[in-house]
Amino acid sequence: MTSAAPAAAPAHGHHGPAHLQHHFETSEQQFDASKLGLWVFLLTEVLFFSALFVAYTTYRSLHPEVFAYASNFLDTKWGAINTTVLLVSSFTVAWAVRNAQLGQRKLLIMNLAITLLCAGGFMGIKYVEYSHKYHEGLLWGGAAHSIFKYEDNYIRDSVKAHSHAWNEGSPHNPAVAAVKDLTKEQRKEVSIFFAIYFCLTGLHGIHVMVGMILLTWILIRAARGEFTPQFYTPVDLGALYWHLVDLIWIFLFPLLYLIQ
Amino acid sequence: MYPSSNALRSTNYLNCSKGFMSWFWTIDHKRLGLMYMWGVFAMFALGGFFAMYIRTTLAVPETAVWDPATAVSADLAKKMDFYNRAFTVHGAVMIFLVIIPGIPAALGNFVLPMMLGAKDVAFPRLNRFSFHLWLLGALCFVMTFLVGGLDTGWTFYPTYSTSSADQQAVVFGTLGAFILGFSSIFTGLNFVVTIHKMRPPGMGWFKMPLFLWAIYATAVLQILATPVIGISLLLLMVEATLHIGIFTPELGGDPVFFQHLFWFYSHPAVYIMILPAMGVMSELFATFSRKPIFGYKSIAMSSLAIAIISFIVWGHHMFLSGQSPLMSTIFSFLTFAVAIPSAIKVFNWVCTMYKGSISFATPMLYALSIIWLFGVGGLTGLFLSTMGVDIHLHDTYFVVAHFHFVMVGSAIFAFIGGIYYWLPKMYGRMPSERLGQITWALNFTGFNLTFLPQFIAGTKGMPRRYFDYDPQFASYNLWSSIGAAFILVGMILTLIAVLHAIFRGRPAPANPWGGVTLEWMTASPPTEHNFEKDPPYAGDPYDVTLVEYKGEVEGFLPAKPLKDEPFAYDFSASVKAGVGHVNLHP
Repeated sequence: MTSAAPAAAPAHGHHGPAHLQHHFETSEQQFDASKLGLWVFLLTEVLFFSALFVAYTTYRSLHPEVFAYASNFLDTKWGAINTTVLLVSSFTVAWAVRNAQLGQRKLLIMNLAITLLCAGGFMGIKYVEYSHKYHEGLLWGGAAHSIFKYEDNYIRDSVKAHSHAWNEGSPHNPAVAAVKDLTKEQRKEVSIFFAIYFCLTGLHGIHVMVGMILLTWILIRAARGEFTPQFYTPVDLGALYWHLVDLIWIFLFPLLYLIQ
Repeated sequence: MYPSSNALRSTNYLNCSKGFMSWFWTIDHKRLGLMYMWGVFAMFALGGFFAMYIRTTLAVPETAVWDPATAVSADLAKKMDFYNRAFTVHGAVMIFLVIIPGIPAALGNFVLPMMLGAKDVAFPRLNRFSFHLWLLGALCFVMTFLVGGLDTGWTFYPTYSTSSADQQAVVFGTLGAFILGFSSIFTGLNFVVTIHKMRPPGMGWFKMPLFLWAIYATAVLQILATPVIGISLLLLMVEATLHIGIFTPELGGDPVFFQHLFWFYSHPAVYIMILPAMGVMSELFATFSRKPIFGYKSIAMSSLAIAIISFIVWGHHMFLSGQSPLMSTIFSFLTFAVAIPSAIKVFNWVCTMYKGSISFATPMLYALSIIWLFGVGGLTGLFLSTMGVDIHLHDTYFVVAHFHFVMVGSAIFAFIGGIYYWLPKMYGRMPSERLGQITWALNFTGFNLTFLPQFIAGTKGMPRRYFDYDPQFASYNLWSSIGAAFILVGMILTLIAVLHAIFRGRPAPANPWGGVTLEWMTASPPTEHNFEKDPPYAGDPYDVTLVEYKGEVEGFLPAKPLKDEPFAYDFSASVKAGVGHVNLHP
């Protein structure tokens, strides 16, 4: 009931809180615009992946048996762990938004940090998987180290010597034929599965890394105390983006790992 | 207060800050629009140079090579190689760097926020980022020259692109198009959000100027189609560098798959190029006929209809790719369907002129000529979407002439018309009418002279993309090259007309043409934040009775004295009340 309240009132016209940009009338308008902008951006992201999903659908419908065969060389255990890791991170980032809305700074920082940790863990596991694939020569046909090269004599002896996939087949499923027993044509078809696998998971991995950069930036701003229950747009948008990254993986995991 | 006098001598967006960085790092949509415009001019000159090279090469046939007994000399082989690079650069630069950003990014950026009475687009920094991406994309295309030249055609088809001798050029070219794609996506995203969230009170969806509808439909296309070319080009880069194999037959891939992805973007991209042009035309016809636009809703909805249908017609580029006849039939039918909303627009423009008080100012000359050019371009599109006819006309000069009528004759002409129309707002000075009329006459004559003979050459079987042709096509090509010379002179004079206006033009009033949309309600040139005070109330954007010509300002002023809300004046209510002394046909 004192005269302290009007002290914060703007000098004139359109000036509002510090986070309000000059061309918006109100904070709500600014928040709505940012959110719509991000949803539209997410739409473009889905479409960006779409070509690869179309490639997957086309080649799988042409050669379902090839995809069923090749999928045996992926390690379902690691894929499942990664799925869990990302699901946990989606939960913590959603919680972080709630923390920001309620002004719980410590919880916000904690949840953002756990999300980042999960993202790092995901990339770590992806690294383990990729290096195993490289070691085994389970690469697209155009790669120097691949065991799926069209002509037998193009495949490096050094790879043949130590590649389990080449000599015995899948370590995850003993019933699967060794790659050396495939015909040239079959190898070519299997190589396309790995081309699509690396494109899809690689592009997804790039998105995870972009997400990590964004989350780090949001974490720093949260630590500085920039977010209030009145202004938490970056947390909200960062979380939305992260959910999309998770969602794409939720599709990738069954499509690539679980088709035997 | 309604700004009736010229604002060149007071503080405006052009002189409010100075220095390189005040432009390069600006977030002002008007400055970004201007920089896009000049960037597009520069790229148009580059693409135009190669167009002239192509026409010079084709002016007379080089009959020697057709003799199978003669071996191709090293000189000739070099010339052939350079020709491939020339038409590739011409196509890629004109499409990715000129026409696609032309109207939306240059004119759209300049006008859109003002039409909404807003201070800026929703995301000004993203807008600046789009422009910097455009610059980077342009740089990539320039780099393709330095590393040997791109020779795949603008379509980057594998296996041309995956087996090209100059893989570096392919990587730079695809990277450039990829970056430009994101520039385009972010511009579209910005416009969609701006139109959704920043319309002024009183401007419902059906009170928007039709230019905004067109830009909105374009933006939807940019958002939904461009990511697909983005990923396709990314895959092509991965293909070229890591041999991933998705498009390469030797590695198990399918080159036709790329064609599907490419045209899934590139057909909608055709409408990314033409829809904004149609938006400009709607504004021009209404303003220069001094009559409310005819069929507002059908023009607005036809923009959306074109945008939607354009997504399901891409297969008509691939009738000869081996796709199933059933698919081709469906694509053919759907392609015919695009003609309907396109024709709706044309008929509405013609009806807008009916009993109007038409002024033949330069922008209107361009708009009028587009009725003819777009008519020819659009109708010949129907020939090409007819499967049986297309088998004969596929990859001939008929196709070349068809898309030039639409892309140049319509999109570029509308761009020039739009520049003439908004130049007074941009620089606060009037372009010269006489120069405008001369350049229009040169451009229009030259254009028809260049491309009409190509229809005939095409029907007689002259294939596109060859550096030489059978002597039977000699006369068509000679006419075509003469016409190109006309266009060259016309375009140079157009540039001179723009420069002349900027440096020598007479100071422009706020509303020189009698437009009713909000950008004419602010000073020429506008202040940094577009409107000195709150923007005027947005009324009917096509109620031309709201403004009338006043000799003392050499421009238009509101017909009613301005109060707080100058355009709150309700035309229909006053008619009902019997007090409206409104003369629709002055």
